[in-house]
Amino acid sequence: MQKSRIIKDKTAHATMFILTVVSILFVVVMFIGLYLKSAPVLRGESLWHLLTSSEWKPMKGEFGFLPFIAGTLWVTLIAILLALPVSLLTAVYLTEYARPRFRKYIFPALDILAALPSVVYGIWGTLVIVPFISNKIAPHFVEYSSGYTVLAAGIVLGVMILPLLVSLFIEVFSMVPKDLRESSLALGATRWQTTCKVVIRRTLTGVIASTVLAVSRAMGETIAVLMVCGCVMTLPNGVLDGCYPIPALIANNYGEMLSMPLYESALMLAALILFVVVLAFNLLSRIVLYRMEKRLL
Amino acid sequence: MELKSKKIRESVAKVFMWMSMIVVFGMVISVVWTIFSHGWKAMSWNMVSSLPGGGFYIGKEGGFLNAIVGSLYIVGASTVLGLLISVPVVFYLNVYLKSESKLAYTARMAFDVLFGVPSIVYGAFAFTIMVFFGLRTSLLGGILVITLLIIPIFIRTMDEATRAFPRDILDATYSLGATKWETLKVVLRQIAPGIATATLLSIGRAIGDAAAVMFTAGYTDSIPTSLSQPAATLPLAVFFQLSSPIPEVQDRAYAAALVLTIIVLILSISGRFITNKFSKNKI
Repeated sequence: MQKSRIIKDKTAHATMFILTVVSILFVVVMFIGLYLKSAPVLRGESLWHLLTSSEWKPMKGEFGFLPFIAGTLWVTLIAILLALPVSLLTAVYLTEYARPRFRKYIFPALDILAALPSVVYGIWGTLVIVPFISNKIAPHFVEYSSGYTVLAAGIVLGVMILPLLVSLFIEVFSMVPKDLRESSLALGATRWQTTCKVVIRRTLTGVIASTVLAVSRAMGETIAVLMVCGCVMTLPNGVLDGCYPIPALIANNYGEMLSMPLYESALMLAALILFVVVLAFNLLSRIVLYRMEKRLL
Repeated sequence: MELKSKKIRESVAKVFMWMSMIVVFGMVISVVWTIFSHGWKAMSWNMVSSLPGGGFYIGKEGGFLNAIVGSLYIVGASTVLGLLISVPVVFYLNVYLKSESKLAYTARMAFDVLFGVPSIVYGAFAFTIMVFFGLRTSLLGGILVITLLIIPIFIRTMDEATRAFPRDILDATYSLGATKWETLKVVLRQIAPGIATATLLSIGRAIGDAAAVMFTAGYTDSIPTSLSQPAATLPLAVFFQLSSPIPEVQDRAYAAALVLTIIVLILSISGRFITNKFSKNKI
């Protein structure tokens, strides 16, 4: 009886240990898998050339990723610029000003934003944002725009990362001890002064880390962006041009790529680039956030 | 003078905060309203209860039952698999390992990173693995990739619930002579609401994901009868039908999106309900 219990415990321990280690190793396996697949195209050209060339002619074996990288960066930049002020102010209001009862109404709204699938955002983008840009915004600046632009993708993406940013900011702000706020308020500072000079100053690294995390999320978003970005394979010159971010490139061409090994390899390189960038951003910001949590709590 | 300016700044800041709050609510209403108003027109019982007919993609009769069933198969199977893998891992991290353990730190970091990996990368990676093993796009491929996708969500959410769990209860079970494995029963009961929220979150993410299943599950007009057949999913049904130039087909995309939205809304509202009901001190 005693022995069987101990054996059971030991077996469970071993199984769980293996499961945990395997899931850690999965990150490594994923990198290796994608790297092996993208090796053929890297053998043909140097990585630098692939990243900076804008010639994308799969049939001739030319793969320049610059338009796609530029598209990703543009769209992400717009999304962050739009979402950052809104989410920062919302998070400040919710942690520093709002009564608990008010939170009860806003949290479900954020939940819904976070839960809606990206195709739903894609539909919303094509039905609301794209016509709005085409009819209302673009005529002021250019002669004609279909509306399927960097700006449309940026707006849709901005709304999609709002809930993530707000929840990260709330987590970061609530790490600041209450005493600090109260001492600042007791000295006669207003709530807003306390927010700027105590809460945000104290958590600035956390705010930046959270933003980086949201950036990495925005970079990988596929379907919604694909539906509104216009899929134009040129370097975008402004927010009213079409673009073609990396995830859209992968998703759009997965069918054709099978017939050409080099094409497949190039698309896997695209996935690898995305993976490495997201991995680096995530590791960096998570380490910063962990450290901060330890320091403040 | 100084006093006045800081009061003014306070009010200006408040106005801006209210404006951002309005933006958040406005976006929620705009997205949900758009889907409901467009989807409702095309919605009918026939849509959700029948398979695509002969001329479905040129606007003739039929529905998208194939996508609904395909999604349910994939989500159901991957949720069960995900729970089976992630509950032991969470238990291991919190009960077997000490809180300052290097392995626990690395594991949490790894799951945070995996949580951030875009689903299209999961899809591409799973696709290469499937090609390597000679598998075609199939229900099995879809289930596996979605399982991989939701394990980090499961673990992160449950881990958070478990970390708040009082250590004294563990000590109490040990002092009664229980092995660590036997404390599982106690821990599971305590974190049950956490498991429930994690499950709802994962289902929500799993059912809405299109990029990963695009590569792995494929698309078909019939309901799969074995694991090796391709399976349709709701998000892809929306995506493919929306790219059709025929208005009737596009309407169906809106109807499918409405079904998806309703499912997700129910999941997220019940998730919030569970959190509110079981954790009083959590915001």
